[in-house]
Amino acid sequence: MTLTYYLVLAAILFTIGAVGVLVRRNAIVVFMCVELMLNSVNLTLVTFARATGTIDGQIMAFFVMVVAAAEVVVGLAIIMSIYRTRRSASVDDANLLKY
Amino acid sequence: MTETLSGGETVVFWVLGPIALAGALGMVLSRNAIHSALWLVNTMLALGVFYVVQEAPFLGAVQIIVYTGAIMILFLFVLMLVGRDSSDSVVETLRGQRVAAIVLGLGFAALVGAGIARATQELTATGLDAVQGEQGNIAAIAESLFTDYLLAFEVTSALLITAAVGAMVLAHIEREPGSRQTQKELSRARFLTSEKPQTLPGPGVFARANSVAVPAILPDGTPSEASLATGIEPETPDQMPRPTGREQLGTPDAALGTLDPAPGGPAAGEWSTDR
Repeated sequence: MTLTYYLVLAAILFTIGAVGVLVRRNAIVVFMCVELMLNSVNLTLVTFARATGTIDGQIMAFFVMVVAAAEVVVGLAIIMSIYRTRRSASVDDANLLKY
Repeated sequence: MTETLSGGETVVFWVLGPIALAGALGMVLSRNAIHSALWLVNTMLALGVFYVVQEAPFLGAVQIIVYTGAIMILFLFVLMLVGRDSSDSVVETLRGQRVAAIVLGLGFAALVGAGIARATQELTATGLDAVQGEQGNIAAIAESLFTDYLLAFEVTSALLITAAVGAMVLAHIEREPGSRQTQKELSRARFLTSEKPQTLPGPGVFARANSVAVPAILPDGTPSEASLATGIEPETPDQMPRPTGREQLGTPDAALGTLDPAPGGPAAGEWSTDR
């Protein structure tokens, strides 16, 4: 077993997250799929940090986590305020900017 | 395949890798959003163990504490606020979008996976021992974070405070002062306008069942319409004759000799017919 396995696993997880973003309609689940993509990228960063023998990859993963936390807070607040006005958390219902 | 990792790590990978994959697939496939969140927790915990195995114990702890502990709980809170029953609709808004997305995903996974597998065949695990030395993982991260990445770290604090303020602004509901009625005003309004200021009888009280669809039975044996929740079809579970003596005496009004029959409300036998 080599480090390649981790990288391939991260690629598959990233793909599942991307497909989830495309397929799911619930805005919260779409958000969770984005989180999954960020997590798989973190796994890649940690794996490469180990491969190259530098600590910078781990620091990048740490920053990704911080940004993800901030992004989740703001995103969930946006979803909640949309839900309050439109009574729906579906991404199809927020279409006022469409035309 | 240049280098083999240790046997224990192989076992960990082959146990937790499928669990992480199953969590990701379950998150995308389950229709209930709460099930999705729990599947994602599964995946994140597996990834946290992967970090620990790959010489990143600090990130593993942060993954479990921040991601599964804080972020997913935040997700669950918002799910509960938005409503648990907000399941996904299975209707496709764009025709063929789902199939196209799956084909795209398979193609992407095949291309990226094959590319990574080919490109990293010669990848050797150098390990972090040379960088960390005696001080260990956390001290090494701290040393790099507070020297090389100090500016990014400071900018992160600005990002976090902005996110906190932004979330408060977005989630705040502006209420005009005085728009909310006090308890005194509510009570006064109820006594002034309502015919029945007292509490309505609960469903199933004094009846033989505790379902919300079973009306309460008033002391004279008649089912009370006021006890039923609105929007529920009333049902009569069983209309066994109660040993109240009502059969002999009739309604209490009749027994007491008043002239008027009981005003309002259905008669005693009205709901006892078979539905």
